[in-house]
Amino acid sequence: MSALTITGLNKSFGGLHVTRGVDLNVQPGERRLIIGPNGAGKTTLFNLITGELTPDSGTVALFGQDITRTPSRDRPHLGMARTYQIITLFGKDTIIHNVRLALLGLSPTRWNPWTDLRHQGRFTEAGHKALARVGLSHIAERPLAQTSYGERRRVEIAMALAQEPKVLLLDEPFAGLSIDERRDVHKCLMAIPRDVTIVMIEHNMDVALEFAERITLLHFGEVIVEGNRAEVVDDPRTREVYLGH
Amino acid sequence: MIDIFTGGSKLRFIALAILLVALITLPFWVTGIYYINVGSQILFYAVFALGLNILVGYAGLVSLGHAGLFGISAYATGYMLQLGAGHGTAIAVALIIGVASMAVFAVLSLRSSGIGFIMITLALGQILWGLAYRWISVTGGDNGISVRGRPAPFGFSLSEPINFYYVSLIVFLVAVIMVAIFVRSPFGAALMGTRDQPRRMNALGYHVWMIRFYACLFSGLLTAVSGILFVYYTNFISPQTLALTSSAEVLLMVISGGPGTLLGPIVGATLVVIIKTVVSGFIERWNFLLGAIFVAIVILVPEGIVPGAIRLWGLITRKRAATPTASAATTERTP
Amino acid sequence: MNFWIVLTVNSVTFGGLLFLLASGFSLIFGLMRIPNLTHGSLFMLGAYVGGSIVIGLFGVKLNFWLAAVLASLTVAALGAVIERFLLRQLPGDQLAQVLVTLGISFMAADFCLMIWGGDPMSVATPEGLGGFARVGAAVFPMYRLAIIAIAVVVAVALWMLLDRTRLGAMIRAGVDDPDMARVVGIRVSQLFTIVFALGAGLAAFAGIIGGPILSVYPGLDQDMLPLALLVVIIGGAGSLLGSFVGSILVGFIYNFGQALLPELAYFVLFLPMLLVLLLRPQGLFGRHVP
Repeated sequence: MSALTITGLNKSFGGLHVTRGVDLNVQPGERRLIIGPNGAGKTTLFNLITGELTPDSGTVALFGQDITRTPSRDRPHLGMARTYQIITLFGKDTIIHNVRLALLGLSPTRWNPWTDLRHQGRFTEAGHKALARVGLSHIAERPLAQTSYGERRRVEIAMALAQEPKVLLLDEPFAGLSIDERRDVHKCLMAIPRDVTIVMIEHNMDVALEFAERITLLHFGEVIVEGNRAEVVDDPRTREVYLGH
Repeated sequence: MIDIFTGGSKLRFIALAILLVALITLPFWVTGIYYINVGSQILFYAVFALGLNILVGYAGLVSLGHAGLFGISAYATGYMLQLGAGHGTAIAVALIIGVASMAVFAVLSLRSSGIGFIMITLALGQILWGLAYRWISVTGGDNGISVRGRPAPFGFSLSEPINFYYVSLIVFLVAVIMVAIFVRSPFGAALMGTRDQPRRMNALGYHVWMIRFYACLFSGLLTAVSGILFVYYTNFISPQTLALTSSAEVLLMVISGGPGTLLGPIVGATLVVIIKTVVSGFIERWNFLLGAIFVAIVILVPEGIVPGAIRLWGLITRKRAATPTASAATTERTP
Repeated sequence: MNFWIVLTVNSVTFGGLLFLLASGFSLIFGLMRIPNLTHGSLFMLGAYVGGSIVIGLFGVKLNFWLAAVLASLTVAALGAVIERFLLRQLPGDQLAQVLVTLGISFMAADFCLMIWGGDPMSVATPEGLGGFARVGAAVFPMYRLAIIAIAVVVAVALWMLLDRTRLGAMIRAGVDDPDMARVVGIRVSQLFTIVFALGAGLAAFAGIIGGPILSVYPGLDQDMLPLALLVVIIGGAGSLLGSFVGSILVGFIYNFGQALLPELAYFVLFLPMLLVLLLRPQGLFGRHVP
């Protein structure tokens, strides 16, 4: 059974078609890269998968279960987590509190109005574990306002990992990072075990290429090419999209 | 339990102990019933402000209809007593009506946050005011409803100003403890998350609407409690209590003291009640002053008095300690 | 039979007054994204200032229409001052701006009480409009018909202003997307002042011409502001058509409610708002939820 199955997904804003009949089939454990130039509809596709946008037509299924009409807030509970392209963290709080919020989101404890969150040690422990996976547990108590951009990107990933997703959606995890920071993020991603299926969007092809097993090229909301790394890189249509000839 | 308030700090523990002793002994060192009554007013308005602060400070939802909710609980108490109900029944009914009204407010106004929430709560509050004013067969219109007598649980007559003060103090302390526990709880953390990043909270699996709705109910409960104390204090309720001015007064308590802090609304309520009491002693123009303070606070001290003072205190103590712990922070960048 | 006709005329008249009040409110909302909570005060201030000029309270005595124009201009200038010197201090902070308008409304209400006292001021119907018009068996008060006519003329003028002039095009651009308008070189800040003054002037004008039928009293501001809010919630923010339809609707519900269910008139107003909020939260003609 596929981890993520998308069939005939359409979305338009006004007269503008942002995704047109997109089909996507991601196997469990796969590392899938979705590339395409700016405006290809990559982030829209993510928002459709996570339910932040509702498709005009088409379906989204997670491990065979149709979730097209499932509210977006319920999808993390079904094993889907995402990171954001524009970092939307809780800037007034510490790193560990950010991760704690991610953990709390999936726990029934989030409705509890009478215990002290700081005394709920399991969230802090699990939070430290998730931060260790991205190499940040040593600065867990640091306020987010005092962290670098690269560190925040890793906090994003730690929050997603903390939710122990079955399918992880990464929205341009390398965007805006320095070479060193890219290496750090790359290391975190490579360490993610195979029971997590990963779908990653990247605008810049070179960065994420070695990470991907299968690649989907999106252009003007349509899937142009799909295949393994070599197939997509060598395909003339890829060059046309990226090089314009 | 105690370190909810002190954060383990000895200094804060001592400060709180002094404050508590001061509150308990207040009737013995102020001269005259007048000041004891001012004390009671501060206490129940502080409960009201704590309730509004749940929304304004912790949920990021500014309500301009809270006087309507405060008033409807007061009216419910008065009306039930007029029908001949006992104090217990009247109070229970008033609590239920207050919280139920808040639920209706919430269902309608939580369609939007921000400015839309302000507009809708304002309109709803004005509708309750209009009802109080026009639905004469129930509310008595402009004449309002008079309440005869205060309850006397176990022979402890609340008609005595000192006794009323102590009951207000107990209610106030319970409310403060409830709010203190609430804001440190997982639910409190979730609520503040929806204030700062609602979209992100949704993506993390939180039901943002429902979290806000429950927060509204808690706010409504504290508001109803304070409304009931109010009607027993004044023994009278009229449409004036539900007017927009009253909603603005309590909002001023919250934003002047410092929204999103535990101490802020209490300090704000103290200031507003004292200013109002003192000012009304020699001029009639309270509303003009209210408006002027409002404009001044919003433009000059937008964060409120308590956070402002804390920041000032931090600046002073840091200067003394002069340990640049924060300098390890790496530079900020934007994509 | 006559009862219903009178009630209908009263409803349309009141709707016309509301339109004068709410169209400016809605434009300000559309452009600046804030509900101007001084709008009721500006209405009341216009009524007091205009009424005072008509009866010559401050040594100036003019005929009704000149007084109306003079008072509207005065209040429009006050609106410009509020926008320039107070709201401008808080650029982009809508919440703070709303709270400032709230504060000013209290100051204005107390100011009026100080100057004009607590007794209602009655304003005489302008000369020549005190009579009745007979159509068949029905009798219509001339002045109410005049208000309807004025509201229609103002509505057409506003529509022309928005649809046919350069200023109108800039306002529309600003309502649609303030950032975009700024990018294409429209001086949005100046536009804010103009629209705020225009809205203030219209509210004041509504206050004066409403004077003879509503009379002028302390608390008039708090009676009118929620109605303007309702019109905008129902009609949709920033839409002229929405203000028009919303005003007429609220005018009817308010008047019929008062005549048939006097005790619950305010509550009846709640129903259309409830329906709109549940079924179409952006308002009948609005484009987005505020």
